[in-house]
Amino acid sequence: MSVHTLSVLVENKPGVLARIAGLFSRRGFNIDSLAVGPTEHPEISRMTIVVNVEESPLEQVTKQLNKLIEVIKIVELEEREAIERELLLVKVKADVETRSQVLDVVQLFKARVVDVATDAITLEVTGNSDKLADFLKVIEPFGIRELVQSGLVAIGRGPRSITERTLRPVPVPVPQAG
Amino acid sequence: MSDQGMTGEVTGAQSLIKSLESAGAENIFGIPGGAILPAYDPLYDSRIRHILVRHEQGAGHAAQGYAVATGKVGVCMATSGPGATNLVTPLADAHMDSVPLVAVTGQVGAAMIGTDAFQEADIRGITMPITKHNFLVTDAADIPRTVAEAFYLASTGRPGPVLVDVAKSALQATTTFTWPTELNLPGYRPVTRPHAKQIREATRLMLESRRPVLYVGGGVIRAGAARELRVLAEMTGIPVVTTLMARGAFPDSHPQHLGMPGMHGTVAAVAGLQKSDLIISLGARFDDRVTGNLDSFAPGARIIHADIDPAEIGKNRVVDVPIVGDCREVIADLIVALQAEHDAGTTGDYEGWVKFLAGVKARYPLGYDAPDDGGLAPQYVLERLGRISGPESIYCAGVGQHQMWATHYVGFEHPNTWINSGGLGTMGFAVPAAMGAKVGRPDATVWAIDGDGCFQMTNQELATCTIEGIPIKVAIINNESLGMVRQWQTLFYGGRYSNTDLQSKRVPDFVKLADAYGAVGLSCESPDDVDATINKAMEIDDVPVVVDFRVHRDAMVWPMVAAGTSNDDIKYARDLAPEFEEDDL
Repeated sequence: MSVHTLSVLVENKPGVLARIAGLFSRRGFNIDSLAVGPTEHPEISRMTIVVNVEESPLEQVTKQLNKLIEVIKIVELEEREAIERELLLVKVKADVETRSQVLDVVQLFKARVVDVATDAITLEVTGNSDKLADFLKVIEPFGIRELVQSGLVAIGRGPRSITERTLRPVPVPVPQAG
Repeated sequence: MSDQGMTGEVTGAQSLIKSLESAGAENIFGIPGGAILPAYDPLYDSRIRHILVRHEQGAGHAAQGYAVATGKVGVCMATSGPGATNLVTPLADAHMDSVPLVAVTGQVGAAMIGTDAFQEADIRGITMPITKHNFLVTDAADIPRTVAEAFYLASTGRPGPVLVDVAKSALQATTTFTWPTELNLPGYRPVTRPHAKQIREATRLMLESRRPVLYVGGGVIRAGAARELRVLAEMTGIPVVTTLMARGAFPDSHPQHLGMPGMHGTVAAVAGLQKSDLIISLGARFDDRVTGNLDSFAPGARIIHADIDPAEIGKNRVVDVPIVGDCREVIADLIVALQAEHDAGTTGDYEGWVKFLAGVKARYPLGYDAPDDGGLAPQYVLERLGRISGPESIYCAGVGQHQMWATHYVGFEHPNTWINSGGLGTMGFAVPAAMGAKVGRPDATVWAIDGDGCFQMTNQELATCTIEGIPIKVAIINNESLGMVRQWQTLFYGGRYSNTDLQSKRVPDFVKLADAYGAVGLSCESPDDVDATINKAMEIDDVPVVVDFRVHRDAMVWPMVAAGTSNDDIKYARDLAPEFEEDDL
C-alpha cells in the first residue's frame, strides 16, 4: 500500500460530495483524508483526497471518479512536486507552571496561540503531516483536552495551473428522426 | 406543443413536456401520482404517446425494451416516493446493461424536501449508485437544460440511465421555455475515436497470434457495429464468441461463430477463450459469468481490450493493448489497418486453431435429451419457437433456465433481436420489456420468453398490452419451479428443494389468467403439439397471446461451469467433461 494525494476538480453543485463519498465506499476504497473548498472559479470546487492503496486499485479509483459526470479533472500530486498542508487546532492543558514551556513549543514549531484560558491554551499549527505528528508528540505530555485536524490540501509547485481550460460547453445534438 | 423555439410564459410542467418533445421522446411509459400530476396535464395534449402501465417497474423495463429494440432513448415517468422507488430495479438493470434510459420522477414541493413529507423519498440519493447520472430540479428555469443534458448523457458514451427528479413546486411555477443550444457538462468528454497507435499495436498482435478469438460483448450491439464486426471476422477468419449481451451481434448460423461463452456457454466458446493466445475483446467487460475463476481464465492469452468506458479496461484482467473508443470506430479502424497489411501480403495464420475449434464444435454441440416419460423438453420448445417465428422476431427473456435455453436454442441472426437482463439478472424483465419492444417495433413479432416464476412477478402488464393494443406473445416455460435455483439445489445442495416449488401447473391457471387479461391463452404439454400451438399463436395479431408450455421440471441447463471454478472444469452434461485433443493445436 502507498499513500496518494489526488486533486479532484468538481462542479460546484449540491450532492457532489455524496457522489464521491458513495463511490469510494461502494467500490471498497478507503479515504485517509478529504478536504473540499472553493477555487478561483466560482463554478468549480476542489477536493484533495488522500488514499492509501496499491497502484492498480488507484487506477480504478481514478477511472471510476472520472466517470462521475460532475468530476472535471483529476491530478495526482506527487509529494516532491507539491506543497502539502494540514491545519491542526489543539486545546492543551496549561496553567501558570506549564504555560511557558508550552509557549516554547509553540515558538519551536511556528505555531500560534489563538485562545487562552486560565488552565488551558488553544494552539493553531499548520504544516505537512510529519510536522504535525512531531508537534503532537512534543505537546502531548502537557495533556491534550481537545484536538481537531483538517484534511490535507495540496497544490503543485511551479507556474502551471490545473484549473485551466476546464470549462468548455458542448452543442446540443439534434434528436434522431423517426 | 411542438414549436421548439417558442418563448413566453409557461408552467414548469409545460416546459417539461416541451423539453421531452424537443429531446425527441415519442413514447413514455408511466403512472401519474400526486407530485408528478402537474406534468400529466400538458402531457394530455402532447404528441408524445403515454402508455399507462400497471406498475412503475413495468414502465422502467418497458422503456428498456423500447430502447434496446430501437436504439433510441427509452423514457419512463413516475411520481415521488413509492412511484420513484419502484423504478429502482429498472434503473439498476439499465445501469448494468448500459441501456439509454431517462426516468422522470415527481418530487414533493421544494419547501417540503427533507421534512419526511407524504410520498417523499430521496430518489436522487437512492439512485446515485445505479444511474449514469441524476438530477434534482427545484427551479423551473432549469428544466429544459436538465432534460437536454439527461438525454445527451443517456445516449452518448457508454449509454445508461439518467434520472430527472422534478419538485412539484417547479412543475407548478411559471417560467419561460427555451431549448438550449449548448450543454454545460465540463466533466463529460467521452472518447469515441480510438488511438491510432493502439490500433497499430492491436493489428500487430492479431497478425502475430496463432490462436486469436473475437470476444464480442454488448458494446458491439449498442455501438451498432454488427456489420463492421462481420467484415472484420470474415476478412481475418478469426473465430467469434458472443456474450449473453451480444447475442445477435454475429449470426448464430455463421461457421466462424462458436456461440456464447461463460458459465453456461458452449464448449467451443469456452475453449475458444480458454485456450487462445490472443483475446480481442470488443465491448465486453470480462464479467465473472464469462471468466469463471479469474486466475485460471485464458492463462495463455494476451489481451486487446476495446471499450468506450476506460474504467472497464483492465478492471478484471490485465490488458496488453488498451483501446478506448466506440466499438464501431474501433472495428472500422482495425479493418483498415488489417486490409493494408493484407494488401502488403501479411495475413494471420490461424489454420490449426480454426480446425481445432471446428473439431470441438462438432464433437460438443449443444444438445439435450428428450425426457424419458414423453414429457416436454424446454429446449425443444425454444428450438421450435426460434425456427417458426424466425430470426426477424424480437425475443425478450426473464432470468434463469429459460433465459439460458432461449439464448442457446432460439438462433439469433440480427442485433437488437435479443433483449434480456444480463448484468443485474432481473426476474420479471420479459413481459414489460417485450411490451416496450413492441411499441418501438410494432411491425415485428415480439416474444416474451418467460419462466413461470418470472412471469408471476410482472404479468400485470398484460392489462396494459391488451388495452393499449400492444399484441406481444408470451411463451411461459412452465416447470413449476424457480428452475435455476432448483438446478443448483440438485447439483450443490443434495436435492434438498427448499422453497423452489412454485406449483405453477396448478396455481394459477395461466390460460384463465390470460383470458382474464383479454389475451388469448394457450397451453401445450406434448412435443407433438408444439408446432401447432406456436403456429396458432403466430396467427393472432390483435391481442396478446400467452402460451403455457408445461415442460419437464427436471431439465437442466448445460453446459455449465460451476460458480467460482475454472473454465477448464466445464461440464457439457452432468459429470461429463469434454476432452480436448490439444495435439491438434
